[in-house]
Amino acid sequence: MIAQALADGLLTGAIIALGAIGVSFTLQIMRFANFAHSELLTWGAYIALVFVSFAGPGTPTGPLSFGWQLLAAAAAAAVLTGLLAWLVDRLVFRRLRRQCAHPLTMVFAAFGAALVMRHVVVLFWGHESYFYTRELQMALELLPGVRVLPDQIFILLLAIAIVAALHAFLTYSRTGMAMRAMAESPALAQTCGIEVDAVIRWTWILSGALAALAGVFAGLTPQIHPEIGFNLLLALFAAAILGGTGSLIGAVVGGLLVGMAENLALLWINPGYKQAMPFLLLLLILLVRPQGLFGGKK
Amino acid sequence: MFTGIASYLVFFACVVLILGIITLGLNLQWGFTGLFNAGIVGFYAIGAYTHAILTAAPQPQYLGNFGLPWGVGVLAAMAVTALAAWLIGLVTIRLRGDYLAIATFGIAVSIQLVTLNWEPLTGGSQGLSRIPKPLAGVFDSPLAFNLWFLCLLGALTAVIYAALERILRSPWGRVLRAIREDETAAVALGKSARRFRLEAFVLGSTLMGLAGALYVSFIGFVSPFDFLPIVTFQVWAMLIVGGSGNNRGALLGALVVWAIWAASGVVVSKLVPPSHAAQGAAIQVILIGLVLVLVLLYRPRGLIGEKAVVSRHAGD
Repeated sequence: MIAQALADGLLTGAIIALGAIGVSFTLQIMRFANFAHSELLTWGAYIALVFVSFAGPGTPTGPLSFGWQLLAAAAAAAVLTGLLAWLVDRLVFRRLRRQCAHPLTMVFAAFGAALVMRHVVVLFWGHESYFYTRELQMALELLPGVRVLPDQIFILLLAIAIVAALHAFLTYSRTGMAMRAMAESPALAQTCGIEVDAVIRWTWILSGALAALAGVFAGLTPQIHPEIGFNLLLALFAAAILGGTGSLIGAVVGGLLVGMAENLALLWINPGYKQAMPFLLLLLILLVRPQGLFGGKK
Repeated sequence: MFTGIASYLVFFACVVLILGIITLGLNLQWGFTGLFNAGIVGFYAIGAYTHAILTAAPQPQYLGNFGLPWGVGVLAAMAVTALAAWLIGLVTIRLRGDYLAIATFGIAVSIQLVTLNWEPLTGGSQGLSRIPKPLAGVFDSPLAFNLWFLCLLGALTAVIYAALERILRSPWGRVLRAIREDETAAVALGKSARRFRLEAFVLGSTLMGLAGALYVSFIGFVSPFDFLPIVTFQVWAMLIVGGSGNNRGALLGALVVWAIWAASGVVVSKLVPPSHAAQGAAIQVILIGLVLVLVLLYRPRGLIGEKAVVSRHAGD
């Protein structure tokens, strides 16, 4: 039972981690809690759905329930959602930054942006659930008593590959280094001649792309609905803060821990309270170690 | 036709006043103290459910439903909300701005889950019905009752408004603004920022709990689906549109935003076929979101913002 819960938790944790990376970057580089980030997951899931509804999910490949077409759709959704995140910044957040708005004004604006983004999805697709694919797949018994779907293993491996690539990007590319410098200290980064606007643009595009992938993966297991992102919002914040904002590894470890804690707790509590679990964890972190596991003292 | 419009306007005004009381509570927390409460709907729900559980007509399948008088329900709703806000505040009030928002947002989500899942007490997704309306025996037609309730709400709102204006001009209110503007300076003058913040948080939340009790005794019914996070965002939109830091702005914002909500609801119901009700409702929410963002971009102080007062003694 516990092993199964941990395995399930690891798989949902991978999805949370991909979403939490963007939350963590915005908290650290843009210095505000982006309540609209969860809607980027939703948009990613639905943009991929548009591609899938034209091209189909592809013929099941090996044990997986989809073919390369779904992956192509996910990649396209990542690019478009990245651009959408940048567009929202151009339309709303950048203007507020130029007005030197109070940091919490950004959060109010994020409330507004989230309401618009989520309900535009309802406008087009309604409240019904959609599926990328209706293929059934057999669960594999990895260990005695631990069953997982091949799709879930694929998602976990892909998420690990994406995070590894992102880590390399942040460590070795000029843009990545500039992003880390901004996260460390925006004022100092500016003094060193780092182009702040470019860094912010890349932060949004990357955050949006990762959010879209998280959304597509969440939609694969098993369905897509307009609240797919919003329901994960607290988990994303919990993961970002648990890991320590601005740290890639922190967001990933935070995501995995939140996913596992959520699934473990389900062994003992009423499943109706599942959504409250990330929040309780978050409260605990804020009280015990507000800088997070990997965050430095300020 | 005329009575139809009249009774709709009376109903509309009642809802505006109830939301206005919540917005006044939020204005005390954000406008005057700088506390970012993103869990408004949680405190509203605590007040509503406390009142419902205490006053609803007894039914054997529920733990609560004590059938107590209306006034007891309202006072208890305020007391329970105050206690909950005090406990929540003890834990969260020291968090920095956006972390407080995330924490209170999570608290509201958790409270809504409790109302949905603790069936013996809250009736679960069915909610609780048969909540008595005050003096419903005297005012027996719906219009007469709504008119009486409107007068009651008007009087209550006037008392709350006057009391808030009074205490904000008191030394206590000045300390709140001092903390909001410059915490270090206020602390250096020997004021406990934490204590004043907690007091403002509890007082503001108590008003939200009162509004919850008034809402259920107006409608006669309570359901977990009245307490979704969207309510929190609507109230924030009201305060920001009206102008935070100004109690009249808070009330005006409640009127303007609810008017936009109600008017767009009417237009949508005329233009959108019933088969697309979900899309119609989405248009209403999109409008609220747009209004919020546009006000922040183009009129950040709101319709009537806070008056910039340097000192009563300066100038002239």
